[in-house]
Amino acid sequence: MGVGIQVDKLNAWFGKTQALHDINMTVAANHATAVIGPSGCGKSTFVRCLNRMHETVPEARATGRVRIGELDVYNGTSAVQIRRRIGMVFQKANPFPTMSIYDNVAAGLTLNGFHDRKHLDEIVERSLRLSALWEEVKDTARKKSGASLSGGQQQRLCIARAIAVEPQVLLMDEPCSALDPISTGKIEELIFQLKEKFTIVIVTHNMQQASRVAEFTGFFLLGKLIEFDKTEKIFTTPSDKRTEDYITGRFG
Amino acid sequence: MARTRFLQELDELRARLLRMGGLAEQAVDRACQAYIERDLTRCRMVLEGETQINLTEREIDEMAFDLLAMQQPMAVDLRFILAVTKINADLERVGDQAVNIAERVMDMVDLPKADLPVDIPRMAAAVSAMVRRALESFIEGKAELAQAVLEMDNVVDRMKDEAFIVLVKSMNEHPETTRQALDALLVARNLERVADHATNIAEDVIFWVRGADVRHNVTPEHAEHQEVTDSH
Repeated sequence: MGVGIQVDKLNAWFGKTQALHDINMTVAANHATAVIGPSGCGKSTFVRCLNRMHETVPEARATGRVRIGELDVYNGTSAVQIRRRIGMVFQKANPFPTMSIYDNVAAGLTLNGFHDRKHLDEIVERSLRLSALWEEVKDTARKKSGASLSGGQQQRLCIARAIAVEPQVLLMDEPCSALDPISTGKIEELIFQLKEKFTIVIVTHNMQQASRVAEFTGFFLLGKLIEFDKTEKIFTTPSDKRTEDYITGRFG
Repeated sequence: MARTRFLQELDELRARLLRMGGLAEQAVDRACQAYIERDLTRCRMVLEGETQINLTEREIDEMAFDLLAMQQPMAVDLRFILAVTKINADLERVGDQAVNIAERVMDMVDLPKADLPVDIPRMAAAVSAMVRRALESFIEGKAELAQAVLEMDNVVDRMKDEAFIVLVKSMNEHPETTRQALDALLVARNLERVADHATNIAEDVIFWVRGADVRHNVTPEHAEHQEVTDSH
């Protein structure tokens, strides 16, 4: 099951440049939360702070408190422990090109020493079913390379790989920006179903996508969280003029 | 990057609705004047004008539909386009009521003039003022002006109720003028319906400007309170 995320006074820097300013946010468990805002507003930095990917950039640092369920992300927990709890899907699908579809999905488990073949089979099938890819690859999963799939299938493969290790949270950083409308529709439908098992945070440039998949939406601008509310409120009657100007296309 | 073309199209939609408002307002004024002066020429102008109102209604709906489909408007723009489509429908109904009044007048002129105890011109003036102010609130984008229209509706409702009472009494006491009294009663009813449409327009302006739904006697304060409660 998914867990809630509590962010308090989160600040992040790239060298001397501050990218996030005092972000406070409560992400509800087993819901999808969208993060929107213009390029450079800090939305990707924000999600990368949730699983400590931010600190992998040289001279990048973060302060503040992030709790993923009972886990304190920046206090007494290793980055590896965090990332086991939080799966991530990126803008560009990145399957391991030399591995089969099956091995791609099983990678997280086998790298952690899990080699029970029967159990692995079950997990791979379940993950591929959950990511709505099973029917398309069930006969070729062991033979074909992950890289042989279409862009939309590759992205669903990456989702299958992320959920195979049974994380509690799934971060998605513009997961559909390189996909056609059909593949985008499949991923959006998937997000809707995955909410039952995981908490989802999705960064998107596509406001229609945010309004379709997320129950809550946060609008970022210049590293600040300007407004956070129910999605329908943000897209029909936002409270802040800056939010309204952005979502109505008057700037950004 | 501002959506220049979209904003221009919203301006065009606004301009078209104002033209529609002008046509509907003119139809009501002409119908009322036709009633007061028993003027068949004005009646015919109202009937002929209906075609243009109907055509304009369709053009506005088509444009709004295209904008919804092509531009996926959000927030204030979405509320604006939804309000325009609803105001458009109300204005078309205002035109229909003007036609009803004109047809009633055409029926009346064949009858002898009767001295009825009802002030239809005063009611017509109040209703015209409501339509005008509702359209002004749309032009200015001011919810306060729209709020004033909602308050005027009670006055018109009272006028209609009073007209019904005195006209029914008049029918009992002077059966020879029953048809004229009945015509006056129906005109009062038509005017009251126009006032209801003006009220709907005002409510749609408040929805567009404030994002608050004040229909069915829910005040903006109540609606705001409800929104705050919902968000907690």
